Amino acid sequence: MNSLILRTASRLLLPLILVLSVFVFWRGHNEPGGGFIGGLLAAIAFALVEKAQGLEAARKALHFRPQSIAAVGLGCTVLGGLWGAFAYGYFLKGVWPLIEKLPDGSKTGLPFGSIMLFDFGVFLVVLGGVCGILFALEDVVANERDDKED
Amino acid sequence: MAEAGPETVLVRKTVLSHGAGLWRFIPALVAAAATLWFAQFIGPVSHGDIPEYVASWVPQLGISFAFRLDGLALAFALLICGIGAMVFLYASAYFRSDRRLLSLQLSLMAFAVSMVGLTTADDAITLFIFWEGTTVTSFLLIGFDHEKEKSRRAAIQALIITGAGGLALFAGLLVMGSLVGSFRLSEMNLAGDVIRASPLYPVIFTLVILGCFTKSAQWPFHFWLPGAMAAPTPVSAYLHSATMVKAGVFLMARFTPALSGTDLWTWTLVPVGAFTMILASVWAMRQTDLKLMLAFTTVMGLSMMTMLLGIGGPYAVAAAMTFLLVHAFYKAGLFLSVGMIEKGSGSRDYTEISGLARAMPHTATVVMLAALSMAGMIPFFGFIGKELIYESTAHAHFAPQAVTAAAILANALMFACSGMVAIRPFFFRPRACPKDKPADPGWALWLGPTILAALGLLCGLFPSAVEHVLVAPMVQAVAGEGLPGHLALWHGPGLPLYLSLATFALGFVLYLLLDAIHTGLAAAEPKLPRTESWYDGFMRGLGKVARRTSVLVQNGNMTSYLRRTFLALAAVIWIALLAGTASWPGFRLSVEAIDWAIFTIITASIVVVLRTASRLTGITALGGIGSGIAIIFVIYGATDVAMTQLFVEILVVIFMAIAMVRLPRTGGVPFVPLNAVVAGILGVAVSVTLLMVLGTGLDLSLTEFFEENSAPVALGHNIVNVILVDFRGLDTMGETAVIAIAAIAAYAVLMAGRKRARGGE
Repeated sequence: MNSLILRTASRLLLPLILVLSVFVFWRGHNEPGGGFIGGLLAAIAFALVEKAQGLEAARKALHFRPQSIAAVGLGCTVLGGLWGAFAYGYFLKGVWPLIEKLPDGSKTGLPFGSIMLFDFGVFLVVLGGVCGILFALEDVVANERDDKED
Repeated sequence: MAEAGPETVLVRKTVLSHGAGLWRFIPALVAAAATLWFAQFIGPVSHGDIPEYVASWVPQLGISFAFRLDGLALAFALLICGIGAMVFLYASAYFRSDRRLLSLQLSLMAFAVSMVGLTTADDAITLFIFWEGTTVTSFLLIGFDHEKEKSRRAAIQALIITGAGGLALFAGLLVMGSLVGSFRLSEMNLAGDVIRASPLYPVIFTLVILGCFTKSAQWPFHFWLPGAMAAPTPVSAYLHSATMVKAGVFLMARFTPALSGTDLWTWTLVPVGAFTMILASVWAMRQTDLKLMLAFTTVMGLSMMTMLLGIGGPYAVAAAMTFLLVHAFYKAGLFLSVGMIEKGSGSRDYTEISGLARAMPHTATVVMLAALSMAGMIPFFGFIGKELIYESTAHAHFAPQAVTAAAILANALMFACSGMVAIRPFFFRPRACPKDKPADPGWALWLGPTILAALGLLCGLFPSAVEHVLVAPMVQAVAGEGLPGHLALWHGPGLPLYLSLATFALGFVLYLLLDAIHTGLAAAEPKLPRTESWYDGFMRGLGKVARRTSVLVQNGNMTSYLRRTFLALAAVIWIALLAGTASWPGFRLSVEAIDWAIFTIITASIVVVLRTASRLTGITALGGIGSGIAIIFVIYGATDVAMTQLFVEILVVIFMAIAMVRLPRTGGVPFVPLNAVVAGILGVAVSVTLLMVLGTGLDLSLTEFFEENSAPVALGHNIVNVILVDFRGLDTMGETAVIAIAAIAAYAVLMAGRKRARGGE
């Protein structure tokens, strides 16, 4: 695909969609969204770059190897689970160190804890997994095209 | 390394410096420390004070993580750790300049842990886990030189045979456990009368003995052990002399109180043991590779113990346990010494080396000491073992003459084999061996074998010490009563002594006839039936069946895969629907305008998918269906699902668009009535099911639970997300792992395809 409009737009859209994906991930615990959806959205952003500017540009934009991202994500989910195991003795039990419960039942503080780490892991696994397959597929197809042209 | 360029030299240097670190001694030190740790229990155990450790594992099923250090377990633990220390030290020198040393040591350590666990376990399931651990680690160790076809074959052979035996053993343990009502081995052994009287006894016996015979290489499963000599020398010395192959013998000894004493036990163990014993010692004479020869004599040693355990009673058990120790010392020592011969001279085939005694005096001494014990000479430990064997065979209540004759023949053949390994390489005229200047290897290589060979002599000289420390507690644990009489080097003239003298005479004659026997056996070998060929035939048949099945099932046609999957799914649903009790759905149409709009979008998209000849149009229309479904989700409040659905649709379209380039161009999809019928059957089935579900009234207790607890307990208002990451976090963790694995698999498949395409041009 060689469209000037798409190429230019993708440069602008990539950061926008990424910010949106992080926002979707962040609000996920209380409103629609979450790690899985955020990860899909982020993957779409890189798919857009890939279609508009080519595989190399997408790889550069992603910076890390998709497999590594997925692996780190898997590590985050495990760590999120272990956090609960160390804090309360139950694997995967939620730990919210920065949230305080007020006497009237409401709560205050930053929603950061083991569950968010776990969800971020899901985000990374989805992003890395989808991008990994996408890049590999494009790589194979592109090479085949080159071979045919040779 | 004739054309070693600068690059190669560099690589070798790094390898050397890598292998020369002091860390390589760590495994040996750990094993030595473990030996000392176990040694502290010698005193208590010999006084009948048996340490136990029990941790709950699956209490609902009566399975525990239980260990019990009785005399038998302690002797094995000491052997495994003690010989392990020597073998690890040996390996660190043997593979000094090899970058695989670390992986070898890790596998050896894992094996040692499994073996100690297996021998000290007091729970059938715990035992089985460690039993399989030894199978897997020995697979890795036999296949250590996995670049070689021969090693791979030997490793797979050992894995299949001992693995199959392991499954039989598992079944046997389960039956026995459910019969006794406990998985604790000590309780099973107390319930021996119940087990033997049960109609299930033959089943239990057969299954357990299958496990023992495969592991301890009894006929007809014996062939994997000589094959396993493809492993490096330290591995053979450890696994195939002193430890793993003895696991089968160990288990027979362990279950002697529970299973022995019946006709079935005696009539199986004694004939099989005697037959394997003679078969193996005769074939040992056929070998010229000293390591292979030792492998056959190991089979002989194991069958001797099998036979003695089959005879049963305190005499035979005492003989079996003593011989077990004798064998462990001399066999591990000899295996390691053969490695020294090979390192020093470049060969371990006795037809290629001779007269090495002058160049390798230390090696010669060690081999000589170990071989004298193997030959059963006075005053070595082997002599005591042999006397005890004759004492028990002569008093066997099962065909004493035949059993004694078999033992004499086998021992005489052992005598000849000892000559083969102790005399042939070291005496006679020196000749050009593969290495220019044969010499004794370094201290790390000779220390272990020297200690082992010296033990053979010391135990012979001080039998009462061995008796108190090892033999008496072992016999107590196996036979349930103390050692009859005492171990002694000199019992005075009597039947065993005369039989020993007869053995020496016969063995001497056999040694003189060695070359003639060897030639005769070599000539006869191709004509004789071999059980290994049964194994090969079985494996070939298995391969054929597998090939035919996969050709039938995996035909590579995506449409036919889908058709089968859909048909199977439809069949399951229809059976459930027709056999179930749920009432058939009534149609209750209350549809609003927006529903009609969505219905129209989806139906129109379906029509386009079915009718279009262009792939791109078809994929876009599929995206339309997905979007329509996403709108349904939005309307009914499942925003998360809708978002996911929409994003997945987008990605699917992108993926398909990329993949389409690879697909062949076709002029539309032909209409296949069969496919339409299959699709219809499944579609109707799913629709009917959904309508029925709506009609039954959903159980909302889970929904209510999540609604109530999501915010206060899990601190989140988005129930879907809270379920995903908190309430059902373990599921999600599994799913993320699946995503990651799928991504890796897809990557591997795609990259492999790319390489193949490149290579093909």
